[in-house]
Amino acid sequence: MPSQPVLEIRGLDKSFGPVQVLHDVAFTAYTGEVTALVGDNGAGKSTLVKCLGGTYSIDAGEYFFDGKPVQVASPREAADLGIEIVYQDLALCDNLDIVQNMFLGREKKSGLVLDEATMEEMAAKTLDSLSVRTVKSIRQLVSSLSGGQRQTVAIAKAVLWNSKVVILDEPTAALGVAQTAQVLELVRRLADNGLGVILISHNMNDVFAVSDRIAALYLGRMAAQVKTSDVTHSQVVELITSGRSGELGLQKVNGVTA
Amino acid sequence: MSTTTIPEKPAAEAPSVGGNLRGYIERVRGGDMGALPAVFGLIVLCTAFSILRPVFLSSINFANLFTQGAAITVIAMGLVFVLLLGEIDLSAGFTSGVCAAVLAVTLTNHGQPWYIAVAAAILAGVVIGTLLGSLVAKVGIPSFVVTLAAFLAFQGLLLVLVNEGTNIAIRDQTIIAIENKNLPPALGWGLYIVSVAVYAVVQIVRARRRAGRGLTVDPVTVIAFRVGVIALLGGFAVYALNLERSRNALLVSLKGVPIVVPIVLVLLVFWTFVLRRTAFGRHIYAVGGNAEASRRAGIRVDRIRISAFVICSGMASIGGIIAASQASSVDPNTGGSDVLLFAVGAAVIGGTSLFGGKGRMLDALLGGAVVAVINNGMGLMGYSASVKYIVTGSVLLLAAGVDALSRKRAAASGLR
Repeated sequence: MPSQPVLEIRGLDKSFGPVQVLHDVAFTAYTGEVTALVGDNGAGKSTLVKCLGGTYSIDAGEYFFDGKPVQVASPREAADLGIEIVYQDLALCDNLDIVQNMFLGREKKSGLVLDEATMEEMAAKTLDSLSVRTVKSIRQLVSSLSGGQRQTVAIAKAVLWNSKVVILDEPTAALGVAQTAQVLELVRRLADNGLGVILISHNMNDVFAVSDRIAALYLGRMAAQVKTSDVTHSQVVELITSGRSGELGLQKVNGVTA
Repeated sequence: MSTTTIPEKPAAEAPSVGGNLRGYIERVRGGDMGALPAVFGLIVLCTAFSILRPVFLSSINFANLFTQGAAITVIAMGLVFVLLLGEIDLSAGFTSGVCAAVLAVTLTNHGQPWYIAVAAAILAGVVIGTLLGSLVAKVGIPSFVVTLAAFLAFQGLLLVLVNEGTNIAIRDQTIIAIENKNLPPALGWGLYIVSVAVYAVVQIVRARRRAGRGLTVDPVTVIAFRVGVIALLGGFAVYALNLERSRNALLVSLKGVPIVVPIVLVLLVFWTFVLRRTAFGRHIYAVGGNAEASRRAGIRVDRIRISAFVICSGMASIGGIIAASQASSVDPNTGGSDVLLFAVGAAVIGGTSLFGGKGRMLDALLGGAVVAVINNGMGLMGYSASVKYIVTGSVLLLAAGVDALSRKRAAASGLR
């Protein structure tokens, strides 16, 4: 097991006006592992992810990346560190092809002209490294791709830039059985390729299928972060729904502190 | 975990003539008609008019088609940029009128040389575009409303510039030459040969480079077909335009490619290059396809929007200069009445989507040709303006209908 987390958060607080959404949250993600982030609706998963990605500023707390304290004030700074987020809506342009989407906003150029050949090579290499074989041509328009293929393109876009941490927001929510299996396999492969993967999911089957660790949020507090092999399905469900499960989790859930 | 339900395919299918053809047919059946309706319409219209009025095919009328359609085509090219973003510019017609008036006032009233006047006209277009674009992108007023207001306001501005309704004559020979003079036939052929050769070389060099890096390349036959079509069409056009079209050739000879034709072609090639080969062009498509995704990808969506309006108004100013050259004067109707609708019609008939994200420069040219042919042919048939308006309106509606239906069809076939 890697000793030092690639990404670590300590004592994170985040409020929107008078409403405190995150209380003293601690969270870690390791290189080569899939960390599942679970929690009920409104538990603060999306807020936490947006804090990690620089969309939201944090009110209090420490942010470590590769062991060094960092400030992440914008999505651009997060991207510069090597943190990429694949949002649920994927943010792909239907009217562009796969290569064009993967390089959107960061096109390779030679002089004034787009360097299509280099972009095509890099895109093909990235898709190869992820063992993606389901797309016919990387010059296909995204509009002609299935949901799973789109998810694949969005993920490939995130790992194209030598990123170190990839955050996936409900990647399988809209997919059928076969495509879910495919995307989960891809998620596993990302971790095996040496990335830190953070997977937000509501689906316990998915979580247990691919994750190494599970972090459960409950009403804005981190109920527990445990190794997947140490807990059962029902324990995780308990952590999500009541914040505790026996010895695990928040001991005084409605108290001032955990 | 098993992926057997989805057949694994090789990463890249080797391209072949059959494959290219199949891909094209699939795209058309899936609702992506591209330029097909415009080309089809052009063939039908030309056939019908030449049967009903043989004079339609005469060399003088053929040349007329080019000079009559040029201004609208150029305005339509600019409109494609705005349409690609899913916006609209209803003021492009009067923008061209205002810029033409700026040209006329600078030339005739102030006696400046033509290049100063042209620069002033284009500058006026750029300023107008910046204003419209900023109102849309920064203030957030829908482009429909901004440009509808501008449509009215520029009509007034045009009246002010031409002193509440006078007709300003243009006597500058350079400006008049744009629409009324022709290239010497030999120069026409020379330009034709150079253009086709450059096109062929660019195609071959690109294919070689890609092949050298082991990337997929279009088969030689497809490249040869493309070059062949361009050579054939261009060669036919140059030949026909080089025919003597004066009624009395001994008195005055009238032959050669109208000067406006190479101007339109240069604009076509330039903007096609910008749209297809530069990051800016890529971002135009991206913003039109998914503005939120573009914003997240770090594209400055506001700037793209403003620059699209600047290009649109700038092209409208060039269209205005061409219109001023054609009429040899500027009056309160320059760029007014039907110009805008014909220009929007040209872009849409050519295959540019009103929903954004889809369209090419070539669309404006093809659509402009359709509009010019309708106008010209209906005129030859002796129909009045009323019938022309009704027919062009119906064709625009038909084109927009094809666009909307093909989107529906694409959605049904999972292509969009």
